[in-house]
Amino acid sequence: MDFNDGAWRTEVNVRDFIQLNYTPYDGDREFLAPPTARTLRLWEELSERMKLERERNGVYDIDEKTISTITSHEAGYIDRELETIVGLQTDEPLKRAIMPFGGIRLIHTELEAYGRKMDPTVEHVFRYRKTHNDGVFDVYTDEMKRVRHAGVITGLPDSYGRGRIIGDYRRVPLYGVDFLIEEKKRAKREMVFDVMDSDLIRRREEVAEQIKSLGELKEMAQKYGFDISRPAQDTKEAIQWLYFAYLAAVKEQNGAAMSIGRISTFLDCYAERDLASGKYTESEIQEFVDHFIMKLRIVRFLRTPAYDELFSGDPTWVTESVGGMSLDGRHMVTKMSYRFLHTLVNLGPAPEPNLTVLWSARLPENFKRFCADISIQTSSIQYENDDLMRVKFGDDYGIACCVSAMRIGKQMQFFGARCNLAKALLYAINGGRDVKCNNEQIGPAIPFLGNCEYLDYNEVMRNFEEITDWLAKLYIDTLNIIHYMHDKYCYERIEMALHDEEIVRTMAGGIAGLSVLADSLSAIKYAKVKPIMNEAGLVSEFITEGDFPKFGNNDDRVDSIAVGIVKSFQRKLARHKTYRNSKPTMSILTITSNVMYGKKTASTPDGRKSGEPFAPGANPMHGRDVNGAVASLKSVAKLPYDYAEDGISNTFSIVPGSLGKTPEEKRENLITLLDGYFAERGHHLNVNVLHREMLLDAMDHPEKYPQLTIRVSGYAVNFIRLTREQQLDVVNRTFHNRF
Amino acid sequence: MQEICGRIHSLESFGTLDGPGVRFVVFLQGCPLRCRYCHNPDTQPFGGGREVTVSELMRQIESCRNFIRSGGVTLSGGEPLAQPEFARELLTRCRAAGFHTALDTSGAYALSHSRSVIEAADLLLLDIKAFDPELCRRLTGADNSNALATLDDCEAKGKPVWIRHVLVPGYTLELSQLQELAAFLARFRCVERVELLPFHRMAEFKWRQLGVEDPLAGIPEPTAAEVKTAEEIFTAAGLTAVV
Repeated sequence: MDFNDGAWRTEVNVRDFIQLNYTPYDGDREFLAPPTARTLRLWEELSERMKLERERNGVYDIDEKTISTITSHEAGYIDRELETIVGLQTDEPLKRAIMPFGGIRLIHTELEAYGRKMDPTVEHVFRYRKTHNDGVFDVYTDEMKRVRHAGVITGLPDSYGRGRIIGDYRRVPLYGVDFLIEEKKRAKREMVFDVMDSDLIRRREEVAEQIKSLGELKEMAQKYGFDISRPAQDTKEAIQWLYFAYLAAVKEQNGAAMSIGRISTFLDCYAERDLASGKYTESEIQEFVDHFIMKLRIVRFLRTPAYDELFSGDPTWVTESVGGMSLDGRHMVTKMSYRFLHTLVNLGPAPEPNLTVLWSARLPENFKRFCADISIQTSSIQYENDDLMRVKFGDDYGIACCVSAMRIGKQMQFFGARCNLAKALLYAINGGRDVKCNNEQIGPAIPFLGNCEYLDYNEVMRNFEEITDWLAKLYIDTLNIIHYMHDKYCYERIEMALHDEEIVRTMAGGIAGLSVLADSLSAIKYAKVKPIMNEAGLVSEFITEGDFPKFGNNDDRVDSIAVGIVKSFQRKLARHKTYRNSKPTMSILTITSNVMYGKKTASTPDGRKSGEPFAPGANPMHGRDVNGAVASLKSVAKLPYDYAEDGISNTFSIVPGSLGKTPEEKRENLITLLDGYFAERGHHLNVNVLHREMLLDAMDHPEKYPQLTIRVSGYAVNFIRLTREQQLDVVNRTFHNRF
Repeated sequence: MQEICGRIHSLESFGTLDGPGVRFVVFLQGCPLRCRYCHNPDTQPFGGGREVTVSELMRQIESCRNFIRSGGVTLSGGEPLAQPEFARELLTRCRAAGFHTALDTSGAYALSHSRSVIEAADLLLLDIKAFDPELCRRLTGADNSNALATLDDCEAKGKPVWIRHVLVPGYTLELSQLQELAAFLARFRCVERVELLPFHRMAEFKWRQLGVEDPLAGIPEPTAAEVKTAEEIFTAAGLTAVV
């Protein structure tokens, strides 16, 4: 039996292949296979190693001598006898590699943090080789350094890999590497335009690098004894080829998020064929998947403690998007969608890969039930609104990192972290000065608003407009520098080799502190906010008299303020010229950095005290959403996706008993909640079904909960690997609970 | 015409424990009973809470339609029958808007007072506090005659009822009591389900906040085995019991 023919035969067109060959699955979960004995043994071996990793302060081992590239390491195995899918980042599982092209200084810090020393040879190389980080700091203006230091623009990828680029790893199994190289060579030959300007020169050089990286990919697979120059012939090969392509990316790029795309339904085409021909049994196919997922669970990067403070729990964001609908109206759930989620049962819960269900009202009921049950059981799934995204991104997009949709192989983004808008509000009140930064003048010297009994809403808004005008421009300028240098010194060769040559680029900005800001403005508007000065005559505290509407209660008086902020800031970003004419977009996402941003932000008019965490992502502030989960979700769903196209993250936590009485009721109520949220045009929802008491216990007895997984803004983490501060932040969040 | 107003304690937009499906639950303020095991003692005083109009509530409920279309709206409390006009109007308008309606009540009022409100609800969640009238009085301050009359009326009219019964060690968790209640309830065709609610200590902080001594301080939560035994008593009587 052969695959159905189409345009994909003669050109790189994975979507066409999928559409012509996938089999929607409407049945239930009964067909799924339990883990094989081999799988259990392999997982046990890995779990032992991961235990050691935790005991060694989170880092199992470091290869500090080898500059990691696609071909730098010899073949490595977990247990050669047991593994059906092979390939490691270094020569040993969990051993971390150094990737200095993002910044050599960072490698110093990283090695030092784990008691290692910089290898003299590596150091020598980088006396002559400039890095991304060097380039950025050569060019930054003083003002950029100031805002970065003050933390009003923060989390910038100027000293770490930007990530958020998804190679179309499926191209490798479907076409084999040789065909891809030929296509790239052809593209380069044809890339001759009227003027040989810097843009064209850069593009030609990039394609040349891409071609080289594909050659290295073949070489790396060869070390494991595989010839991937030709297309994969069956399920096992397809998974193996695809994994090699992904592995090449994570050997060379320490990107903040290294997502894998939308691979399960693609792989199902091979599995259906093999099941039909009798080549493999269901159990064998599940075994390949389980072993593959294990590999994705042990992707590791060397990172600094400062990085961990921002993005805690050692995340890699190996995001895989499952499900969704096809443009022709068929759903895209296949047996492979089930098999991927089933790894959470076969291997137990885990934060990676970041399993993301593209939810549509029209997904088959059986699949909705399966997802809901797995969520209730493991808290490891996030959900994103396919009905909302399909309109913009078609039916072959994936999620990069947490919430950023992009067409696979046709679109990439310049990741821009985020602005702290709550802090911007304090600048608006304090005439551009920062009380958390020695009262320094960070922003423009606009009028000081503290000389009054109560703050005036209109005056505050006028100043806030001015501050955000300044901030938006500075933000885009800063990102332009970062991405220029990243392209120049730390180009993602293999990931971009698995893209078309003509691609859409977005400049992905972001905001943090939305609910703090909305509630603060609401307090100024609807209650009385008295500013209190510090010794330098700046406002450092507020006394808020009277009640005011709070975001998260489905109250339009404040929800409309939040909507207004989102629209206005996106419009401001869109006014500025961006690097490579990328399209400015915005996310409302903090990951775990809401704790850090809160630390750097003084008291706000909503009653939040200096240093206290923000709510994560677009979440309402902890404990202020008092009308139950639906009202809370309604408020967040009002935030317009058209103005925050890079994603709106919302994390929902509920205690099991509050979902319903019986298991069936719990499941159906969760489905109702998801259907409702997405019908309201909500974008993203993390679902945690957990007891607060269990989290408290896990804080004190981490050894009892090695696999306890919890969804935080946009990704999942191993709870016991969060810092204590972040653990407390999670515990203090609103757990929807009623008795 | 003057808008009908009522006093509410709070809203729960994702109610999953008070009737079928996901429900918008309005907790009305004020209750004539003083149950010793009350887990929402802050809803008892009549003067508390905040005043809202039916229209204001309807706007909120309507806006949650995507979530509650297959569930509905439940009035709970406090005791919703303590504000009959408000409760009736709210239920009637919810029903007219296409929502399934439920009324969570202890049946503490005479039918002459409550009948028209009950008629406006599609489902009655009726709390039988104790089957023995004397025990009921000790536990709540009133006997159960109105509640039982309400149940009779529902039977006569074919109105679906979910019985709720709190299992309190030392009070209602007596085997003989439970067997009597189960045998009694088994006679009613209108009783679709019996929800057994194990007494829990989570309301301790509320009593503390109110500065009142917890009337059941020192009473333990029932054990899992005790709850299971209770459940089996009702199942054996042919009832659908849910814990």
